[in-house]
Amino acid sequence: MNRSQRGAWPYLFLTPAIVLFTLFLAVPIGYTLYLATRRTRVSGLGLGRGARREVFVGFDNVAAALADGDLWAGWLRVLGYGTLVLVVMLGLALLFALLLDSTRVRLARFSRIAIFLPYAVPGVAATLLWGFLYLPSLSPIRDVLDIDFLGATTVTYSMANVAVWGGTGFNMLVLYTTLRAIPRDLYEAARLDGASELQIAVRVKIPLLTPAIILTTVFSIIATIQVFTEPTTLRPLTNTISSTWSPLMKVYRDAFTTGDLYSAAATSIVIAAISLVLSFGFLRIVRDRAFGEG
Amino acid sequence: MAAHTVRVRRPWGVVPTGLLLLGALYCLFPVCWVLIAATKSPGELFTTSTLAFGTGFFDNVAELFAYRDGVFWLWAGNTLLYAGGGALLSTAVSAVSGYALAKYRFPGRNLIFNLLIGGILVPSVVLAIPQYLLFSKIGLADSHWAVLLPQILHPYGIYLARVYATAAIPDSMLEAGRIDGASEGRLMTRVALPMMVPGMVTIFLFQFVAIWNNFLLPFIMLGDDGKFPLTVGLYTLLAAGANQPALYNLILTGAFLSLIPLIVLFLTMQRYWKTDLSSGAVK
Repeated sequence: MNRSQRGAWPYLFLTPAIVLFTLFLAVPIGYTLYLATRRTRVSGLGLGRGARREVFVGFDNVAAALADGDLWAGWLRVLGYGTLVLVVMLGLALLFALLLDSTRVRLARFSRIAIFLPYAVPGVAATLLWGFLYLPSLSPIRDVLDIDFLGATTVTYSMANVAVWGGTGFNMLVLYTTLRAIPRDLYEAARLDGASELQIAVRVKIPLLTPAIILTTVFSIIATIQVFTEPTTLRPLTNTISSTWSPLMKVYRDAFTTGDLYSAAATSIVIAAISLVLSFGFLRIVRDRAFGEG
Repeated sequence: MAAHTVRVRRPWGVVPTGLLLLGALYCLFPVCWVLIAATKSPGELFTTSTLAFGTGFFDNVAELFAYRDGVFWLWAGNTLLYAGGGALLSTAVSAVSGYALAKYRFPGRNLIFNLLIGGILVPSVVLAIPQYLLFSKIGLADSHWAVLLPQILHPYGIYLARVYATAAIPDSMLEAGRIDGASEGRLMTRVALPMMVPGMVTIFLFQFVAIWNNFLLPFIMLGDDGKFPLTVGLYTLLAAGANQPALYNLILTGAFLSLIPLIVLFLTMQRYWKTDLSSGAVK
């Protein structure tokens, strides 16, 4: 439609985005890669000029990050936490989206707005609210249930609850919007054939929703791997969360408490690599399963 | 969402309605609880029933605004600056980029689109720490710019803008403008962008919420609490007051007040909260 006489215009329109991309994405990524391969070497007693030099160490930092016990413990915690959050949050999001779309509910508008509402609550505020609700001295829940929500084993579930509370609404909205875009007569045909609402949901709607479910899952995986706000905010209320509870918290500690930027850079590259592998791995598995192609 | 007018009324199910209402209750519960808790005086907070309103709301608010010479006001103002300014710039950049990607064919189009969208896969920490170091080198860490600038480019915003521009702007309109002798720049500002306004409102809202809710970037960038947004401010308030129950009122009132602007924005802008802009364009 548009030929080359438009010349430089599209590039001109894209200049702001490309400049921002370069400054705040490409350069920082490059700088992380650079830092991850460097380390300060101290020669002699470490006194005087030139005694501390930054040298190239190749993959040493990344290898050290991969061998770090604290980091692996963090990965295991996040794996448990993340699996729980993904399954419950996306399960609820799918259930609510299907219920909203069925013709058999009342007060659907109220429920939709209420369930989406936590999206407007910042992670810090959400964790703070639930954190206080977990405190024995304040909690109305503790009056009914005698559970220590901030104990060594329960704290993971309590944190997962905060993430599920905050994330279900957005994912529900994505799935619900997709459902609304599907032509209604597709269901009418199934109804005339005598299919129940449940059968229509399972046999017709869920298969049509598959691409949207995959998309929300990938985004949720990426977000969950980077969990930082919830454990950091909950820490002042309990002593069961260490400063290296999640991999991202360890990066923060290395960079700003210990001052070891090189380890922090190497660890953040490991986090990026694992998150890429998991999201692409997931995409591959579902593609093979769902569409039978490799 | 207009479909319910033509829908045939069917018998409604108790179980589906009940499940949805349970979900709604779960989501509303903490918000209602903090609304009630924020009205309680320090004495009432630990003694009265959790569902009974207290009498100390205005005292709490006054105390919060007096806290450290009114630093809470500063946090609120900063948040508005970061979220409002950032979302405005982000919407402008997204709209112009999305329009160019949707309506022009040019060498490198797919490469540029894939690069810009690929940014969504990069974990924020991989960016936040080097961004902090680079900002320190030019003396801008711990400044408003350090929080504002990195949040302008947003892959999702560009993606939405492209989808919206494709659906909302007919090629024939652009061709007609060209025949009338309009330059490409005029076509964009006079024809394309006005048609993209509803989509731009949606992008603005998503970006506003994303920046308003961001914790990691300002937490890393800022040291001076006069530049904090509400998220980092609330965190420091909690970190300072977690062991002093006397400060709980302050924290809960702060949390409650920080929720109001977004909830209002959210309830008044219902029709713009869409995640699929291609269907919304045809009205």
